[in-house]
Amino acid sequence: MATYKLNINGQSMQVSAEPDTPLLWILRDHLGLPGTKYGCGISACGACTIHLDGQALRSCTLPVSSIGAAKVLTIEGLSKNGDHPVQIAWDEVDVPQCGYCQAGQIMTAAAFLKNNPKPTDEQIANAMHGNICRCGAYHRIHEAVKQASTKL
Amino acid sequence: MGIVNTNLSLEGAELNSYLSIAADNTITIFSPNPEVGQNIKTSFPTIIAEELDADWTRVKVVQGKFDTKRFERQVTGGSGATPSSYKKLRKTGATARAMLIEAAAQRWNVPANECSTENGYVKHTSGKNISYGELVVEAAKLPVPQDVKLKDRKDFKLIGKRIKNVENKNIVTGKPLFGLDFQREGMLYAMLQRPEAFGMKLKSADVTAAKSLPGIIDVVTFNNNVAVVGKSTWQVMKARKLLKVTYEKDAELESNADHDRIFGELMVKPDATVRRKDGDVDAAFARAAKVVKSEYQCPFLPHNPMEPMNFFAHVKEDSIELAGPTQNPGSAVRAVSQRLGIPADKISLEITRMGGGFGRRLMDDYVLEAAELSKIIKAPVKVIWSREDDMSGGYYRPAVRYRFEAALDAENNLIAYKLRGAGINSGNPTRENNFPSAAIENLLIESIEHKSPITTAPWRAPITNFLAFAEQSFLDEVALAAGKDPVQFRLQLLERAKNAPVGRRGYDAARMEGVIKLAAEKAGWGTKKDVSQGFSVYFSHASYVAIVAEASLKANKPQLTKIYAATDCGEVVSLSGARQQVIGGIVDGYGHAMYGKLSFKNGAPEQNNYHKYRLIRMKEVPEVEAHFVENGLDPTGLGEPSLPPTAGAVANAFYKASGKRIRNQPFIDEAPFKNKTST
Repeated sequence: MATYKLNINGQSMQVSAEPDTPLLWILRDHLGLPGTKYGCGISACGACTIHLDGQALRSCTLPVSSIGAAKVLTIEGLSKNGDHPVQIAWDEVDVPQCGYCQAGQIMTAAAFLKNNPKPTDEQIANAMHGNICRCGAYHRIHEAVKQASTKL
Repeated sequence: MGIVNTNLSLEGAELNSYLSIAADNTITIFSPNPEVGQNIKTSFPTIIAEELDADWTRVKVVQGKFDTKRFERQVTGGSGATPSSYKKLRKTGATARAMLIEAAAQRWNVPANECSTENGYVKHTSGKNISYGELVVEAAKLPVPQDVKLKDRKDFKLIGKRIKNVENKNIVTGKPLFGLDFQREGMLYAMLQRPEAFGMKLKSADVTAAKSLPGIIDVVTFNNNVAVVGKSTWQVMKARKLLKVTYEKDAELESNADHDRIFGELMVKPDATVRRKDGDVDAAFARAAKVVKSEYQCPFLPHNPMEPMNFFAHVKEDSIELAGPTQNPGSAVRAVSQRLGIPADKISLEITRMGGGFGRRLMDDYVLEAAELSKIIKAPVKVIWSREDDMSGGYYRPAVRYRFEAALDAENNLIAYKLRGAGINSGNPTRENNFPSAAIENLLIESIEHKSPITTAPWRAPITNFLAFAEQSFLDEVALAAGKDPVQFRLQLLERAKNAPVGRRGYDAARMEGVIKLAAEKAGWGTKKDVSQGFSVYFSHASYVAIVAEASLKANKPQLTKIYAATDCGEVVSLSGARQQVIGGIVDGYGHAMYGKLSFKNGAPEQNNYHKYRLIRMKEVPEVEAHFVENGLDPTGLGEPSLPPTAGAVANAFYKASGKRIRNQPFIDEAPFKNKTST
């Protein structure tokens, strides 16, 4: 067990956990932030995607001991009032079905659009291909990313 | 609106078990059915709000708890919620509206028929108006009228319109909605080590090392499970890896080779169950000019909802608190009641949102596990399944093999049809009264089953999720042998089914014709030279869907480029949600047909996570164009109907493009994809 001081969504948070505890479970079980989801545990599905210093990363295989002072951003911190352009587009396009994968999709999209504000259809598909949506809402996910890009 | 009444309660009132109205005119509508992604949570309240004439922007939807006194049929399955509740929900809204009008009429001392409603207000011909919020307390005291008039379709403001998912804001901001998110003060976490293969039972468990890890409260054994209980998920996951468990054989440990052998035996065994018999197939085959015969086979499939199985239980002395994702809370409560000997009315169940269900969450196994464990450890506990647990934990879509035979006469008429369906823990793997039954003079449909230790469960569009592919692909083979266009071939058969049906016809031939024609028209069937088209049509769960798939060769392999779907589900209640279900079902059907494969070795599944098992992803989905027949009939469901016909249309298009017939799933292992590419 060790104590870690983490920067989560702009706040300093302290947690006591084993060093190999993935950030996913720190967020969900220790810090009351269940927005980041568990889907596979092997970084294959993208449901656990967060931002680390602005980069989209999969938290299910990211040990808490490796984070240090890096800034962690989760779905709960993406915006103050749910009004990040990607979140707004997600609502306008009416993307979610069951909704379970959507936080990971949104975090992947938000990081992607930050670096690629005017993407082509092919670039969007390549960027989002790593995130599984079992309900098959892919067409709307694509449309929402595109729509968000027009507002950035 | 200047009417003030000093007797008014500020809180509002409940008008029936579905809806209450507050003094500020906000309306709370309860959605009783479990929400699995089918968006019943939006469409059910829409129906009520329509007849109520509510202001949708002031409607708040709340998931109903499991409550047999307030709600009926709190089940999510069989695409059945909408058709079984449509009329009742409309009546609920209309009745509440009538009571509000009556309350206004009494207050104004005017005849009720001089009053109307609009957007949460009652209006009078004189120009007076008053909000529902100001009337509701009086309205709630009035007798409930038995006969109320429902709206005309032409007056619908919400039904058939694009209403967004009521949960969007919560989903996109990461609110705790799902079973896996459920928390309770003092709750423990647990994971179960279950037998490593179907047909094994627990022999011994050395739990010392696991128990010694930090955060671990206890390790207990029950049924064939070893349960690790602790203070957090990761600690429990780690401890579970240190368990030393041995198993012994309790039944046959089956491998794929065994299943293939078993299917071969079942195809020739004489004691199949006759499901349907029309005319004399033997005589018809004896005089046939041409016979077409093919076998089709599918593997077991896991459901793979994105949220793995989980459930919370707190078993107390004589009551139980349950919470979590279940498609059938009534069944779960009854099962727990029976197992633990506590009366059902002492068991509460909070229905959480589900990260997908697909039929897996109709089963009670994972609920019972949580309840039994909570009783043993005398504490509230949430049992969590890892993805590996979820994929290897059973309750799969059954593996089935079909043998189809068709007899054509010298004029290429289809004169006889035989089908034998052999399933592993499948129940009846045929749908004997569905098309093409009633369209063929001589017909024999039989089924035969092998009982296996591998457990099975309903999987989205049970049985038809593969049967439809096999049948529609076989009918394509027959059409080809008969020299007929596949669409014309279906339509000719439907003429017979419509005008002079042979025996019982379990489908509406005219409605089936309707979707065929719509799909063919939208897809420009038969008119395109630059692309290969395949066709399929199916009736399942009360709705009709026809699909045209388009494919082209890319590096010598067929690639699916576009799908046209024509759906007849009667009234489209929620336009956006309906499209989601139709397109989602198509993506699901195509994705699993193309890639889904669970193989078995000595009773154990060989694929347990996404490094070994492939689910469809964004770059693999084709363009989809979804059309709806507009006939104003009462709505039928959409959770499943678009899935069954998808794979058949795709395989038929792939055949057209490549000249190679696909008869097994997953398609990716079949002939058209075994070419060497040109690079």
